[in-house]
Amino acid sequence: MSIASMPPASDQLALEVKGLSVEFPTRKGVLTALSDVSLTIRRGEILGVVGESGAGKSMTGMAVLGLLEPPGRVGGGEIRIGGKRTDNLGETEMASIRGRMVGAIFQDPLTSLNPLFSIGQQLTETIRLHAGGSKVEARAQAVALLKQVGIPGADERIDHYPHQFSGGMRQRVVIALALAGNPQLIIADEPTTALDVSIQAQITALLRRLCRENGTGVMLVTHDMGVIAETADRVAVMYAGRVIEIGPVEDVLSRPKHPYTRGLMGSIPALGARVERLAQIDGAMPRLNAIPTGCAFNPRCIEAGSRCREVRPIMVAQGKGSVACLVHDGGVQ
Amino acid sequence: MLAFLVKRIGNAILVMLTVAFFAFLIFRFLGDPVEMMVNESATQVERDELRGRLGLNDGFLVQYMRFVGNAAQGEFGLSWRNQQNVITLIGERFPATFELVIIATILSLAIGIPLGVFTAIGRGRWWAEGLQFSSIVGVSLPSFFVGIILILAFSVSLGWLPGYGRGEVVRLGWWSTGLLTSSGRAAIVLPALSLSLFQITLVMRLVRAEMLEILRADFIKFARARGIGRRALWFRHALKNCLMPVVTLTAMQVGNLIAFALVTETVFQWPGMGMLFMQAVTFVDIPVMAAYLCIVSFIFVTLNTFVDIAYAVIDPRLRAA
Repeated sequence: MSIASMPPASDQLALEVKGLSVEFPTRKGVLTALSDVSLTIRRGEILGVVGESGAGKSMTGMAVLGLLEPPGRVGGGEIRIGGKRTDNLGETEMASIRGRMVGAIFQDPLTSLNPLFSIGQQLTETIRLHAGGSKVEARAQAVALLKQVGIPGADERIDHYPHQFSGGMRQRVVIALALAGNPQLIIADEPTTALDVSIQAQITALLRRLCRENGTGVMLVTHDMGVIAETADRVAVMYAGRVIEIGPVEDVLSRPKHPYTRGLMGSIPALGARVERLAQIDGAMPRLNAIPTGCAFNPRCIEAGSRCREVRPIMVAQGKGSVACLVHDGGVQ
Repeated sequence: MLAFLVKRIGNAILVMLTVAFFAFLIFRFLGDPVEMMVNESATQVERDELRGRLGLNDGFLVQYMRFVGNAAQGEFGLSWRNQQNVITLIGERFPATFELVIIATILSLAIGIPLGVFTAIGRGRWWAEGLQFSSIVGVSLPSFFVGIILILAFSVSLGWLPGYGRGEVVRLGWWSTGLLTSSGRAAIVLPALSLSLFQITLVMRLVRAEMLEILRADFIKFARARGIGRRALWFRHALKNCLMPVVTLTAMQVGNLIAFALVTETVFQWPGMGMLFMQAVTFVDIPVMAAYLCIVSFIFVTLNTFVDIAYAVIDPRLRAA
């Protein structure tokens, strides 16, 4: 199964992002938070998006959902959800797409649900919003959804309030809510970060199963390489607001091409190996207003040469994926 | 839910007994009732006989229990000033104050909540900022001043509404209401508005602050992400989460309204309890003051109990407690 090698037809794409940039106008000028981000997600495919805090992973997801915090705005590029262009839509049109074409799962299941409404009320509200129908029909559908996400005793639990569920169960409810409008794309922003490790595996397994069963594309934003390795089909690595490497998960994890990706993989300690000191990447990611010329990673890169300080690398195909690094594009000197 | 109710009502009764204890202390030990009630020429024998008849020779606890028992039946004795039954005096005045306070509270919620929502969602627009700014004026103007301005504008200059009195009232048993006659309804507008202006701005500012806070919450973002439209977001998901502090504030403020009503009643010559209390203070009419204390506390405690119950109705998380 070589998903990345063949260019998929656009109707098979749950998401297509091309040259996306997001900017924040400030008093000192416009800050560019995302620049030239391109990625695709096929239906039924899970794309992991990884990177350090502030690399732009979540912001990419929010831009796709049309939920950028003002004054943040899309500065250029295209977003297509299921083939339909959405980056140029107004708030009203975008609201009619959210839930129906693109759903979302956020980090903290404890705060994602409205505490004053029963989960049944929240589910039926969402179902009726997207599919119409009577309250009775919507309720039956809600029970079915709860069963689908593995909530035991769904018939009874539907009338319970969020505080009566554990964290893992709440995240299942959140997933049921995200699925309620039957979207073809789900943005999952750190869906397991706030959960216990034992629950994490259940939730990722659930996401995988639902994504396969319903043919839903998933953008799985996380900083947890373990989750990526277990769950994702392909992975995109982000650094300082750009995608620097993208490809099938086994290639990127076991044979990373970008020095930064290699550093990320190297900083995961192997089980049983006794090391004096954990490997790390020296330095910190640059701030948005101080991104160096050339390759944004060059000050921290052990392979950097003079050309890296002058030329900004672009994504070039490498094997089954692509990478933005001069090592693979004409050399560093 | 039942255990919750029993617990709340038990608490309320405990508080009322404590209040009644202090009212009893005032009643029994602030001055000598016998001295206040007899003629200057009464003999010692007559005084002792009255003392016995009033039960003042009984034990402290017995007297307290008798006071509580009588108070629970609305029996507070005779006014020292004019020998009328205290509860009759208060009963005549209470409906006027009650109607004024209720109408003022309804006004403050009906106007304050929508204004709060609109100033929150329109933040940054000129009209929302303008409203927010003018609300400072509402908070800082003293109630009597607002009353006088209202009388001047709507009663004296325009002649639209009466500026004093209660208009025609209809008797329903011991209750007298002005809400059933057109002159009564016209008469209540200005005093209620004057009394509620402060509350309107308070409710508005509270709702605005709560809305701004809630609209940043994760569950609002998640509700947006599943396609909930703006209107449902504001008026269903966000507003309900703002109501808790509004309910608290309103219940607390009803107490304040009764207190402020004293001023408003004076300005508008409104024949309510505030006027009665002013007179009782002037003439050291202890039974009236003790009864007033008990009744106002009773209103406070009842409201607070309702607030606790309202909390549980609004927020399912509190039902278990």
